[in-house]
Amino acid sequence: MGSPNPVRVLALVKYVPDAQFDRHIDSAEHRMVRTESILSELDEYAVEAALQLKESSAAGSTVVALTVGPEQAVNAVKKALQMGADEGIHVSDPAIAGSDALATSRVLAAAIEKAGPFDVVITGLSSTDAETSLVPAQLAERLSVPLLSFANSVELEGSTLRITRDSDAVSYVLEADLPAVLSVTDQANEPRYPNFKGIMAAKRKTVETLTLADLGVSADEVGTAGSRTVVVASEERPARVGGNVITDDGEAGLRLAEFILAQKVL
Amino acid sequence: MAFSLVYLDSISSPLSGASLELIAAGRRLGDPVVVSAQPVSDESVAELGAAGVSGVVVPENAGTEAHTNFLTFETQLLAIALSETEASGVVLPNSLNGKEIAARLGVKLNAGVVTDAVDIAEDGTVTKSVLAGAYTTQARVTEGPLIVTLKANSVEYTAPAAAEEPDLLEIPVEDPAPGARVVEVREKAVSGRPDLTAARIVVSGGRGVDGDFTPVEDLADALGAAVGASRAAVDAGWINHDLQVGQTGKTVAPQLYIAAGISGAIQHKAGMQTSRVIVAVNDDPDSPIFEIADLGIVGDLKNVLPQAAAELRKRND
Repeated sequence: MGSPNPVRVLALVKYVPDAQFDRHIDSAEHRMVRTESILSELDEYAVEAALQLKESSAAGSTVVALTVGPEQAVNAVKKALQMGADEGIHVSDPAIAGSDALATSRVLAAAIEKAGPFDVVITGLSSTDAETSLVPAQLAERLSVPLLSFANSVELEGSTLRITRDSDAVSYVLEADLPAVLSVTDQANEPRYPNFKGIMAAKRKTVETLTLADLGVSADEVGTAGSRTVVVASEERPARVGGNVITDDGEAGLRLAEFILAQKVL
Repeated sequence: MAFSLVYLDSISSPLSGASLELIAAGRRLGDPVVVSAQPVSDESVAELGAAGVSGVVVPENAGTEAHTNFLTFETQLLAIALSETEASGVVLPNSLNGKEIAARLGVKLNAGVVTDAVDIAEDGTVTKSVLAGAYTTQARVTEGPLIVTLKANSVEYTAPAAAEEPDLLEIPVEDPAPGARVVEVREKAVSGRPDLTAARIVVSGGRGVDGDFTPVEDLADALGAAVGASRAAVDAGWINHDLQVGQTGKTVAPQLYIAAGISGAIQHKAGMQTSRVIVAVNDDPDSPIFEIADLGIVGDLKNVLPQAAAELRKRND
């Protein structure tokens, strides 16, 4: 298990509205309201997978946490550094706001190329805000490297990465040679919590901030200009209202059967 | 009228309901042309014609395993078909494979991709549910073809008035990208119960089943329903991950959802709160699931579920 050579792993992290609170879309621009944000829960699995690849490979292996987003998005990188990532990169530029997956993957691919040679780029299975799952495959396409996506388990042997992937009818075992893009599900591992030592160590780690100019990407390749999709309408669904709550008096099962029959769904 | 492309993983005879829905969605965007990497029999071509399909595109030597790279071949096939037909849009299934092909195609063609669609209008406006069902949004592409992955059971299929006689076109496809290799494909066991995402009724169990799904399965079978589960039950190893309902599992919207022993964490609600009617059975009266349930029963699911199942069976006789 692991690589006999040092590996360089990039973990992609996203700063997203916390799903524990009510999340909103502004009615004018139809964009996500990004207050109360955190590191996307599903990206913790990507960071954990990156740390495990580093720990199972030769000394000198490194994990770089990379994010694209507004000023506060650096907090997603900081959380990854606390978990154990070695360094961070934060791409921030006002022109990026409003990018769809296609434009976002363009920025990420440029940032990955700027960051230098890598062995594995790891993402979560999707962001918890837009939830499209498109970016990993778009990165693989842009970087011209193989993709191993939706991994439920990950193994690195030398320079071969092997995963299991579950779909409805079949499960696959897939493999690819490094460098590769990898996305992991919440079945892949159990993310570690940042401990005191990790939190203290993170304060001394560096986060490099890059703009579009640093990446050689022009403003019309990102944001709404660089996107090919636009949200034209958004409507909040009325909140569900709880109905009748009864306590089982020994005959609640009969009441349940009657309720089901009254729904006329059988 | 322009063409639209409909990507089908595999083509069964007779055509599956899922395939017909994708064709129905494609018909809204143009004259549908079906694209598949698998061989298509003459019988299937005729059935596709009856469903309104005007052409079928397959690669030369389809199904001969000439290609080994996972999904990059399918992407290349679609890219060629799109440039040949100048289609206005591509409709794919909203499966993991469908999304991956759609994503790659978006980069290849610099085209817009919309996932998780529940409706497609003739002008190309796509409707989807976002933020765990809290909002419904409509999206369009700003230019170029629309690439869209459509959720199952979203669009209704009706047979067209007149059948088409589609031509079968075999095109040469080279697989250029360095891809992932398929080492092994394992077929999964079939349960005999309805598919979770397609079922009209779902009975789900959570932490409260305490290791024993029998009462949940028993009620499901009395109702001809699918069985689902919360993440807690899956993580405990009581039931297969395939049946997980929620943010990182399946999203379901049945006519009736019965949550047994499920507290109603936000991640679970994300996968089921657009169900038409929700029933919750839980022994904790403070469970948040009761806040969204049309009927809540505070009680032991091990008593309530079997009693309901027995009553339903009795009334059915």
